[in-house]
Amino acid sequence: MSNKKIMLLGDEAIAQAAIDAGISGIYAYPGTPSSEITEYVQHSQEAADSNIHRQWSANEKTAVEASLGMSYTGKRTMACMKHVGLNVAADPFINSGITGVNGGFLVTVADDPAMHSSQNEQDSRFLGKFALVPMLEPTNQQEAYDMVFHGYELSEKYKIPVLLRITTRLAHSRAGIETREKLPQKELNLPADGRQFVLLPGIARRRYANLIKIQEKFLQEAEDSPFNRCIDGKNKSVGIIACGIAFNYLMENFTTSRCPYPVVKIGQYPVPKQKIEKLVNECDEILLLEEGMPFVEGYLRGILDRDVKVKGRMSGELPPDGELNPNLVRAALGMEDIGGAPIPDLIAPRPPALCLGCSHIDTYHALNETVKDVFGDGHVFADIGCYTLGALPPFQAINSCVDMGASITMAKGAADAGLFPAVAVIGDSTFTHSGMTGLLDAVIEKTNIVVFILDNSTTAMTGGQASHAFGRLESICTGLGVEKEHVRLINPIKKNHEKFVEIIKEELDYKGVSVIIPTRECIQTLRKKTKARKA
Amino acid sequence: MKSDIILAGVGGQGILTIATVIGYAAVESGLYLKQAEVHGMSQRGGNVQSHLRIADKEIFSDLIPDGGADLIVSVEPMEALRYLPYLSPQGWLITNTTPFKNIPNYPEIDKILAEINKQPRHIALDADAMAKAVGNVRGMNIVIAGAASVFIDIPFEKMEAGIGTIFARKGADVVEKNLAAFRAGRKQAEENR
Ligand SMILES: Cc1ncc(C[n+]2csc(CCOP(=O)(O)OP(=O)(O)O)c2C)c(N)n1
Ligand code: SF4
Repeated sequence: MSNKKIMLLGDEAIAQAAIDAGISGIYAYPGTPSSEITEYVQHSQEAADSNIHRQWSANEKTAVEASLGMSYTGKRTMACMKHVGLNVAADPFINSGITGVNGGFLVTVADDPAMHSSQNEQDSRFLGKFALVPMLEPTNQQEAYDMVFHGYELSEKYKIPVLLRITTRLAHSRAGIETREKLPQKELNLPADGRQFVLLPGIARRRYANLIKIQEKFLQEAEDSPFNRCIDGKNKSVGIIACGIAFNYLMENFTTSRCPYPVVKIGQYPVPKQKIEKLVNECDEILLLEEGMPFVEGYLRGILDRDVKVKGRMSGELPPDGELNPNLVRAALGMEDIGGAPIPDLIAPRPPALCLGCSHIDTYHALNETVKDVFGDGHVFADIGCYTLGALPPFQAINSCVDMGASITMAKGAADAGLFPAVAVIGDSTFTHSGMTGLLDAVIEKTNIVVFILDNSTTAMTGGQASHAFGRLESICTGLGVEKEHVRLINPIKKNHEKFVEIIKEELDYKGVSVIIPTRECIQTLRKKTKARKA
Repeated sequence: MKSDIILAGVGGQGILTIATVIGYAAVESGLYLKQAEVHGMSQRGGNVQSHLRIADKEIFSDLIPDGGADLIVSVEPMEALRYLPYLSPQGWLITNTTPFKNIPNYPEIDKILAEINKQPRHIALDADAMAKAVGNVRGMNIVIAGAASVFIDIPFEKMEAGIGTIFARKGADVVEKNLAAFRAGRKQAEENR
């Protein structure tokens, strides 16, 4: 049975497949639930032996661009990110649809419906459709593995980037994977057309027209795809369209009996029109099951929403937001509820919190004493990372967390509007991801802000990956033009509290750009290192 | 054969090691397995759960349906109750009784234990104390794994072999201590089921 299989997370299955499919490089910035893809390649002996590029990138945009550069040379490459990372990388991603690619290029994006570890639950299929590229959406870990091979073939056949969309449950769930024989890496082979990647309007128009023209080929590929299947059923009162992982939640309700309804399982986009048409023609109504936003559902309804009777997230048979599960699908099918006992009332929530001894705690104590206690609420713009937990009690020290880098720029806008003090709090990794350019904006205008760059030597929130900022923060800041005497370092420990408070007061008094860099390693990465040293 | 198990606890308490021990034995027995884990934000001292599904035929959903779990296996008493909606009417609840208090409003432990005792099929054991008693202060999770093993249709030897393999890297002494913790948990559950 499952003897020859290896147990892998969905993320790891994709990583192993990328190695087996002969990639020459993987480019990524960490982000839950996608980080384990790149980490797996980083820890793989095979990847080291075949010299696959596997270092982190500064952000998702640089990752996609570097990937595209590798594809330019004819080699296979993958860029990975979480869903909001694709927003950061949207510019190169969408334009790579127009330039097309040379070597196979897969963009793997992990969406996080229910926002387990994210600021939103956007559905990447909309961006894939926006870029007019083919998309793959696996149902299970084995399919994720197989789709990587299929994706590279598709990418090279049509010289187009392919989006591989997964969601949290598939990414972070283990299953037995049957692997394939490893393919060799591609030889260096530059594009035949020297101007393919030059998006001057004249060339871009031609390439865009071509992209539109090959849409019909992408559609035909989807019709013929092994990942899009029709499964017949006798009961035509309902026809079911199940995309990606939603198919599992459907099947989970038919483990002892066969699903009586006809089903179209979708794993490759554009949406296979003929298959849907057949289903719509033979069934009274359609039930749409998709993990994420109502992507297929919206198209099927159209603006007038009258030719096809559709049940789904938009009509209330399924919730409009959050993750699907077998029980929600069961209810949508009108089957009897099998739910268990309720959660007893006395159970208290146990929200995540900063670790005992975390350096961010010392920073927030000093910050609250100088800013919150003196000026009241509403003055601290923060960012994304472990330190965002400073929004919760007992600190309640920060007032914003929007997108990577927004702390500095929002503080700037508020300062421009006359807010004093305008304070930004940003992590070291977030700073090199997207904070540096905002700081330059402030330097140019000598904006009156105080920026805290919390240097814990790592990207802690996502599991302690290396940070590009390591050992470079001071020189980056002065290089961007922050005056040397207003770049202040402090070791955030209890003993230094008074000194820390003094520094903050001095910099609040300074009318210009100040940067304070509390520097102390994350205790979790420190612990990991000590453990590794002992072993 | 099917065993749907909710593993519960607080980030850092070692529920994934339990999953690894049982999972190893399942795979060695030629069974299908799916294991959904929690990574990211909630690992920071929040409540964590893992859905471990074992069967002799293909498994579809990564998530166990509400009302479908054969077992809730928890290393913390309040966390055991948080996942009650998953437990099937015939299911067993196996839990440690030592609370992990990292929130200011942790309920009175007596009330938690009373709630656990209300469950028709449960095993509640002080796994922290039992681990200490066998000289393995960090083996609380393995004690719980041992207690759970009674209710999982996989040969006991395969699970012991799993412990041997998983802890081999850390030396024979660590393997022995974990086997002791595992057997202690199993014995306690066998005597109290
Ligand atoms: C565009 C984007 N990419 C990635 C993430 C995932 N993510 C959240 S916080 C974080 C980095 C945190 O590192 P750092 O700023 O150093 O703060 P720390 O957690 O170490 O305190 C990452 C990568 C995200 N939310 N948005
Ligand atoms: S993981 Fe590190 S940075 Fe995050 S809360 Fe814990 S100590 Fe702080």
